[in-house]
Amino acid sequence: MSRLSRILILAALGLAAAVPAGAAETGWKVDRVEMSLTDKASLQSGARTFVNYCLGCHGAALVRYNALRQIGLSDEQIKDNLMFTAEKVGMPMTSAMSAKDGKEWFGVAPPDLSVIARARGADWLYTYLRTFYRDSASATGWNNALFPNVGMPNVLWRLQGERVLKQEPAMRDGKPVSDGHGGTVMVSKFETLAPGAMTPQQYDETIRDLVAFMVWMGEPNQLQRKQLGVWVLFALTILVFMTYFLYKSYWKNVH
Amino acid sequence: MANGSTTTPVKQHWANGLMDWVNDRFPLTALWESQWGKYIAPKNFNFWYYFGSLAAMVLALQIITGIFLTMNYKPDAALAFASVEYIMREVPWGWLIRYLHSTGASAFFVVVYLHMFRGLLYGSYRKPRELTWIFGCLIFLCLMAEGFFGYLLPWGQMSYWGAQVIVNLFAAIPVIGPDLAIWIRGDYVIGDATLNRFFAFHVIAVPLVLIGLVAAHLMALHETGSNNPDGVEIKKQPKDPATGLPLDGIYSHPLYSVKDVFGMTVFLLVFSIIVFFAPEMGGYFLEYNNFIPADPLKTPAHIAPVWYFTPYYSILRATTTELMYVLAAGLVVLVAFYWREIPRKLRPIVLGVAAVLLAGFFLIEAKVWGVVLMGASVLIFFLLPWLDRAPVKSIRYKGPLYKSALAIFVVAFLVLGYLGTEAPTVLFTRIAQVGTLLYFGFFVLMPWYSKIDSYKPEPARVTK
Repeated sequence: MSRLSRILILAALGLAAAVPAGAAETGWKVDRVEMSLTDKASLQSGARTFVNYCLGCHGAALVRYNALRQIGLSDEQIKDNLMFTAEKVGMPMTSAMSAKDGKEWFGVAPPDLSVIARARGADWLYTYLRTFYRDSASATGWNNALFPNVGMPNVLWRLQGERVLKQEPAMRDGKPVSDGHGGTVMVSKFETLAPGAMTPQQYDETIRDLVAFMVWMGEPNQLQRKQLGVWVLFALTILVFMTYFLYKSYWKNVH
Repeated sequence: MANGSTTTPVKQHWANGLMDWVNDRFPLTALWESQWGKYIAPKNFNFWYYFGSLAAMVLALQIITGIFLTMNYKPDAALAFASVEYIMREVPWGWLIRYLHSTGASAFFVVVYLHMFRGLLYGSYRKPRELTWIFGCLIFLCLMAEGFFGYLLPWGQMSYWGAQVIVNLFAAIPVIGPDLAIWIRGDYVIGDATLNRFFAFHVIAVPLVLIGLVAAHLMALHETGSNNPDGVEIKKQPKDPATGLPLDGIYSHPLYSVKDVFGMTVFLLVFSIIVFFAPEMGGYFLEYNNFIPADPLKTPAHIAPVWYFTPYYSILRATTTELMYVLAAGLVVLVAFYWREIPRKLRPIVLGVAAVLLAGFFLIEAKVWGVVLMGASVLIFFLLPWLDRAPVKSIRYKGPLYKSALAIFVVAFLVLGYLGTEAPTVLFTRIAQVGTLLYFGFFVLMPWYSKIDSYKPEPARVTK
C-alpha cells in the first residue's frame, strides 16, 4: 500500500470519528447519560414510566405491545400492567389522545415517539426531560431550558417538583467573571420552589430508565444486531486470511 | 475402421456436451473469455485497482437488497415512513436488508470516488480509454440520480426537504423554471405524486440505464485493455515466446479473480463493522433528522444533503453575487491566457460565448449560476481526456505541477464536502468560494500546467 493511500484511509477514519453533536435548539449544555440496554430492570422501569406518563398524549404507533417481550416481560405482565390503550398485545402503542385534540390543546400535535431517540439522541432526551421549569409567561405554565417555548408541559412535575430558572453572575475563585465588555458573564441556575416525590438523584435515574426504554424502542433489534455483528466479523476475519493465502499462493510465480 | 480395429469413443463429460450445445447457439464461452476468462491485464495493479470490482459487488448488493426492500416498502406519502420502520421491526431480517442497502449507498460512493481518483492518479482516462472514462462518468451521473431519488423514499424530514431544495433549483432557471419544477414534482410541493415517480425512477428507470452503462464500461475497458500504475501499454510490448502473452501481461483469471476476492472480503469486513455497529455512521449515512417523518409545514433549521453530495452543494451555496465578479474576471483572464492556443477559426465563437456568459453573469441572478456551476462541477469530469496534455499518463512520471494540482484538488473536494454538511457562515462561505475556484482551477488550468510541467520518461516495462 502506498503512503498516499495510507494517509487517505487515516483521513477517512478521522472524518468518521468527527461525530456531530445532537440537534440542540439552544446553547444549553447537553448532559451525557450513562445507561445500559442489557439492563432489563432499567428498561422495564422505563416502559412503566413511558406508558404512565408519555402515552397519554404521545403514541409509539410503530411499536407493538408484544415487542416488550424482548425486554423480558410476559404477555400477561404486559396486559396487566402496561396496556391502557389497546385490547390485544399485538396492537400498536397508540395514544388515547387524537392528533387533532393535541394540536388544539398544545398548539402542536405531540409527535409519535417510536423513533424519537434516533432523531434526538439519548443525551438530548435525558437533558430535555430534566430541564423543565415554571414560567408564568407560557400557556402551559411550564418552559424548558433546552427547548424554549416547547408546547409540552412538565408531565413529571409531581416526581421532579417545581423549579424556576434564575440568572446569576458566573463566579470564579469567588469573583464574578467579566465578559470582557464591562459586564459580567451570566449563568442560568435552577432554583427549587417545591420538592417533588423523588429526590433529584431518584428522578435522574427514572429519566435515565425512560430514555433507555426510548432508545431500545427506537430500534428494538439493536442488541441482536451487535451480537450477530461479532460473529459476522469473526467469520469474515477468517475469510480474509483464507482469501489472502489463496491470492498469495496463486501469485507466487508472478514476478 | 479401415483396418478393422475398434476404437473406444472418448466419453465426454455431460457438462462439456452441454457447453458445446450452448456454444453452437450462443457465444457463451467466447463472451466469457473475451470479457474475463482470457482477458490479459498488466501484472502491476496496486491497491487502487481494487475499487472497480468492489463497485460491481456493491451494485449487485444494492440490486439484491433493493428487490427485497421493494417487497415491503410502500411508495405512498401516508405510509412510506411507517413502512420503512415496518421493515426494520416486523419483517424477518428486514433490519439487516435495510442497513445493507443504506450503508451500501454510501459505500457505493466511497468506492466510486476512490475508483475515479485512481483514474486521476494514473491517467486512466487518456487515449485510448476515453470511452471507458465517459461511460464511467455517465455511471457516476446515474449513481447520483439513483442516490437522490432513493433518498426521498424513507420520507423523513431530510428526505423531504432535501428533495425540495434540489427540485427548487430547477425553478431558478429563467422563464421555464417554475413550470419545470411543478412538472418534475407533479405537484406544487413535494408530495405523493413526487414520491411515486421517484420510486419508479429509483427501482427501475435508473437501474436499467446503470446496468447497461456498466456493461458498456466493461466492454470498452476489455477492448482497449487496462491501464496500470506505470501507464505502460502492454499491448505494444513484444510477446513472451513461452507464454504468448505481452511481457508484463498476465491472465486476469484466475490471478486477478483471487486478488479481487481477497479485496472483497476486506471490504466486507469494513462494511460489516458499519452495518452492524454504526449503521447511522454518526449521522452521515443515516441523518438524525430523517427519523422525523416528513412534514411539509415545518422546514428544518438546517438542511444538509447526504455526505456524497455535499461538495457540489457547497459549490452551489458558494455562488453568490460577489463570486460572479471573480468568475467574470476569471473568464476574461482565461480567454486571454489561452488566446494563442485557440484556432483562428474558433476565435469569434469563443469571443461570442464569453461575451454572452459575461452578460449572463450579471443579468441572471447568482442562484441560477450556482445551479450551473454545480452541474458543471460534475460534467467537467467528462472533458479530462482532452484537458490533459501530458506526454505520460501516470503520476509517477509527471512533475511537481500535476502532483500539486491533484493534491490541491483533493483538499478542495474534501473541504467543500465538509462545508456542505455545515450551516453556512460568512467565513465558511468565503472558504467554499476559494474551494470552488480551486476545484475548477484543477480542470480549466490543466491544458496549461500539464503542458509546461516537467516529466520523467515512461519506462518500457512496468516497475514493481
